Amino acid sequence: MTITEPYKNPSEQFHALGDDIHDAKAPKGPIEKRWDDHKFNAKLVNPANRRKISVLVVGTGLAGASAAATLGEAGYHVKSFCYQDSPRRAHSIAAQGGINAAKNYRNDGDSIYRLFYDTVKGGDFRARESNVYRLAQVSVNIIDQCVAQGVPFAREYGGLLDNRSFGGVQVSRTFYARGQTGQQLLIGAYQALERQIAAGTVEMNTRHEMLELIMVDDRARGIVVRDMVTGEIETHTADAVVLASGGYGNVFFLSTNAMGCNTTATWRAHRKGAYFANPCYTQIHPTCIPVSGDYQSKLTLMSESLRNDGRIWVPEKMNDERLASEIPEDERDYYLERIYPAFGNLVPRDIASRAAKYQCDAGKGVGPGGLGVYLDFADAIERLGRPAVEAKYGNLFDMYAQITGEDPYTEPMRIYPAVHYTMGGLWVDYDLQSNLTGLFVAGEANFSEHGANRLGASALMQGLADGYFVLPYTLANYLADGPFEKVDDSHAAVVEARQAVEERITTLLAINGTRTVDSYHKELGQIMWDYCGMERTEEGLTKAIGMIRDLKVDFWANVKVTGVNEELNQTLERAGRVADFFELGELMCIDALNRRESCGGHFRAESQTEDGEALRHDDEFAYVSAWEYGDKQPTLHKEPLEYEYVEMKSRSYK
Amino acid sequence: MATIQTAKRPSAKRSTVALKYSMAVSGLIMLGYLLVHMYGNLKFFQGREKFDSYLEGLDDILYPYLPHEGALWIIRIVLTAALVVHVYAAVTLWRRNKAAAGFVGNTRYHTKQNKTGVQRSYASFTMRWGGIILLLFIIGHVAQMLPNWLSPGGASDSKYDRVVNGFELWWVVLLYTIGLVAVGFHLAHGFWSALTTLGQNHSSTRRSSRLTAVSIGLAVIIAGGFLTVPFAIFFFGAGS
Amino acid sequence: MNITVRVWRQKNADDKGKMVTYGVENVSEHMSFLEMLDVLNEQLTLSGDDPIAFDHDCREGICGACGVVINGQAHGPQTTTTCQLHMRSFEDGAVIDIEPWRAGAFPVVKDLVVDRGAFDRIIQAGGFISAPTGSAPEANNLPVPKEDADHAFESATCIGCGACVAACPNGSGMLFTAAKITHLGLLPQGQPERDSRVIGMIEQHDHEGFGGCTNIGECTSSCPKGIPLDTISRLNRDLLGALAKGKA
Ligand SMILES: Cc1cc2nc3c(=O)[nH]c(=O)nc-3n(C[C@H](O)[C@H](O)[C@H](O)COP(=O)(O)OP(=O)(O)OC[C@H]3O[C@@H](n4cnc5c(N)ncnc54)[C@H](O)[C@@H]3O)c2cc1C
Ligand code: HEM
Ligand code: SF4
Ligand code: FES
Repeated sequence: MTITEPYKNPSEQFHALGDDIHDAKAPKGPIEKRWDDHKFNAKLVNPANRRKISVLVVGTGLAGASAAATLGEAGYHVKSFCYQDSPRRAHSIAAQGGINAAKNYRNDGDSIYRLFYDTVKGGDFRARESNVYRLAQVSVNIIDQCVAQGVPFAREYGGLLDNRSFGGVQVSRTFYARGQTGQQLLIGAYQALERQIAAGTVEMNTRHEMLELIMVDDRARGIVVRDMVTGEIETHTADAVVLASGGYGNVFFLSTNAMGCNTTATWRAHRKGAYFANPCYTQIHPTCIPVSGDYQSKLTLMSESLRNDGRIWVPEKMNDERLASEIPEDERDYYLERIYPAFGNLVPRDIASRAAKYQCDAGKGVGPGGLGVYLDFADAIERLGRPAVEAKYGNLFDMYAQITGEDPYTEPMRIYPAVHYTMGGLWVDYDLQSNLTGLFVAGEANFSEHGANRLGASALMQGLADGYFVLPYTLANYLADGPFEKVDDSHAAVVEARQAVEERITTLLAINGTRTVDSYHKELGQIMWDYCGMERTEEGLTKAIGMIRDLKVDFWANVKVTGVNEELNQTLERAGRVADFFELGELMCIDALNRRESCGGHFRAESQTEDGEALRHDDEFAYVSAWEYGDKQPTLHKEPLEYEYVEMKSRSYK
Repeated sequence: MATIQTAKRPSAKRSTVALKYSMAVSGLIMLGYLLVHMYGNLKFFQGREKFDSYLEGLDDILYPYLPHEGALWIIRIVLTAALVVHVYAAVTLWRRNKAAAGFVGNTRYHTKQNKTGVQRSYASFTMRWGGIILLLFIIGHVAQMLPNWLSPGGASDSKYDRVVNGFELWWVVLLYTIGLVAVGFHLAHGFWSALTTLGQNHSSTRRSSRLTAVSIGLAVIIAGGFLTVPFAIFFFGAGS
Repeated sequence: MNITVRVWRQKNADDKGKMVTYGVENVSEHMSFLEMLDVLNEQLTLSGDDPIAFDHDCREGICGACGVVINGQAHGPQTTTTCQLHMRSFEDGAVIDIEPWRAGAFPVVKDLVVDRGAFDRIIQAGGFISAPTGSAPEANNLPVPKEDADHAFESATCIGCGACVAACPNGSGMLFTAAKITHLGLLPQGQPERDSRVIGMIEQHDHEGFGGCTNIGECTSSCPKGIPLDTISRLNRDLLGALAKGKA
């Protein structure tokens, strides 16, 4: 079914329409000169002045740690925050596959332009050209920087850096450190950060959770945090605030994100006026270990590289109870190879995910609850021999065996899609500044460079680009006008923000109802997964909005939060995060409802081609949806996207 | 947050690792001495004359460059210093490590399971108390061998006779055995440990290390070598 | 399966703490160990008790946040992180003792949560290569023999969980410290600061109140990342070299 007639968007019952955004501050001129020009035109801060200027950085992932370290090194007074007990544990640590860079070490035709082109196209034409080009430009410096820090990237026998190809592109531009690239990059940034902490330029606050943004005279000037050990509510003020607090995939409860990943920092900023852009763009990864029971707390990603040699299939018969090995060849459906003969098992993430969902919806799924498809290595083992398969995938097979207790060498793996990454985030301009003056947003927390779909190995690149190479310039440009007038703890805005936090905590603790926080989170997650997951419909989304609203009311009436504020209280921490997830979940559904097209990670069942492929509507939806918070309903601001360099085309993998 | 940091950061020269260097070096010096000592002891089997004259010869090592008994005194001083350093470091580290282990009252972990660790050796458990047995043994042994002072079993001008007299007594043999078994255990872990401390382990686990095997072998040779003399005397009547 | 757990409960750093026994029913063998604790915590919450506090985040064995001593073994009976341990490693009816890491340098914050800030401070004392942002030379100007790079990587996989300290009868942080010394010391980029690094890190290690290493090797048998023991020997060698040069 194709949408032909423009009609009043049903989402409009849920939101208002605001002015379009026309200036995202991207410079004009030839794309390859824009960043250089911008840097040249940026104001500089006299080194002697920098000590007097303070910056708060929330988050110590790749984006936050690299920003804090670099700003500290430049001489600013930096305060850094994370909710874990050490900055080294930020969720970036879990990234496996690798990091892209346009080094063209392979001499295979890669270039800055090609990385730019692939990223814009991969993002299904919903990202800004200028931003993406800059990302591709600085990607090269990232590798140099990381190597200088001692990041042990994989190397070849000649001692030079190795590359692999990743995520459906034709060049080998991905740098990696076995299956632990994120860990190694983060440890590099973490060490740089610790060096600055030792030097006294960065003050680290671990186990501190940001719960509110402080706005003074229309500038972001501080944050309210809770000391998670003592429960003390602290206020910190500074000349600028950087949020690098990661993604919000945990709104689905089950995701590949770490348990603590949350939207609280960004959502609180949103409630204070920062636009939230493209919240409905979520990436669902096809190769994760399926859910094994209702106690499941998180999902584990299995590297995409497995699809290079594994074949995906389901039994042809519905509800087939036989063991995989008992199902004869001619009763198996290698559905990806059948439907997409050209790409087969290597179709992009969203297509592979959706195809698996369809098979399971049709009752052909395998394993507990019928939520899984086989990823079979029998052919690969026969063709290459077990040792070769072991050498290539040994650690992944071990991981699978560890978690499931099954041996993937003899039984095929079972996989199922899972939420993995969120492309949406706080809206930022070319300077990574949100619409709130003085509030900068970096890494997965912002919405910027990936459009509607992120390519593999590009999130790590973006996080480090933002922190090492972009923010230090754009933030300086802002800070050149500082230091701003000092904000006292007794300032009305500070007091008010602190009180709001205290009241919310008191309220949560006072409800003393009958349901646990996790039970609400699981229920919310299920709603999101069912209606705002791999496939979205007008009907489902509308229903979901109602369900979320009801659940939210129930939460505030019946949740049970044990203990007191003045202690390490993990239930209280989770309750605050879940409360924000309700509101974000609702906005995601509204955004998804508004976007009556399919693009990247957002698939509207109403908008597909005859053969079930995603169908974009560039005429109507080639814009960024930037949402402004409203007590009653949100307001949509559209930022139109223009493509001067890459021609808008539709994807085809048949 | 509260950690048990001392006020000022100590210098690396006085660090736990530096203390271990001194233990390793002093331990290896004593070990070297034990090897020479054992070689000497085995001369017992060549008979009284050879044995006594070998021991007398020791008095005049490097004579006339060193005075009579000069070399022996140097060895005695070095060994005493090594022992003092070794014991000092052992006691310092022992106290420090006990404090570092995070005991709650008298127990570290309340569970009754896995009290003996996953893979550590018996020898490694007994370094400290075994070391104390060793110290007592060394004191007793020196006292026994001092010319005609304690002389269990009867004094004599012949060292050979003194040895034989002593080891005809069951309790001397027993104490001696305990002491040497303690030496054996101490070295089974100690030799490996010393070389590791000095940076010479190149294997990924203790058990897979060749040094561990060498260490155990060395311990058996030394303990066994020393015990042949008393056992030969006591059980087979050698020298009488 | 049904199991009994005996858990260390301690309200805060000043509380004395004690072992408390709970029964957990209908445990699935496919649950991870932490999911079993989740289930117990849901029970406790509904009955109005304080749930058990424990650190965790990624639940993938990579962030290093989780870690408790299970039946006297750091991270439990398998060489993996606590979050990657599954209930199939235990028998129906098992009694499982769960305690926090014990070390003078890791004070208990609450229940099973300890403060591992000492590790960060050891890194601050030299566990880095000073490479100011933007100053880096072209990456491939500096070839690193594959063998060294692989070996450095192996040591760099340490997740800073602290199991080595909890398993070490001396409460020594030597394996953690040595892993970093080895990672950076094997790379050409790490050479200029090699002496000052080992001196600074060892001084801080001792300053934090960790014990000395007695080469027992318990650390390696509980390290979920298989950090090899020879890293400690390398640290000893590096410090010896630095002291011999009179660098301290
Ligand atoms: C399993 C997995 C594998 C991946 N693999 C790849 C890959 O191979 N290649 C790739 O490019 N990308 C990959 N990604 C994506 C990539 O890892 C992330 O997008 C990226 O690391 C995000 O970095 P970040 O710095 O923005 O945020 P994070 O690393 O998530 O850090 C967030 C920080 O914010 C702090 N924080 C959050 N909320 C608060 C608060 N309220 N108060 C205080 N502090 C707060 C946290 O403590 C943390 O320090 C993967 C992601 C997952 C989940
Ligand atoms: C014959 C005399 C002795 C010899 C040959 C000897 C040898 C050694 C050696 C080689 C080591 C290893 C050092 C290292 O790990 O770096 C060692 C360790 C040790 N020794 Fe001795 N030692 C002797 C006597 C003693 C005595 C008398 C004590 C008494 C307290 C003692 C206590 C210890 C302890 C506690 C250790 C373990 C220290 C550690 O591993 O950190 N030793 N010994
Ligand atoms: S060395 Fe091993 S046990 Fe110790 S902190 Fe690192 S990963 Fe954990
Ligand atoms: S929770 Fe991250 S390692 Fe276990």
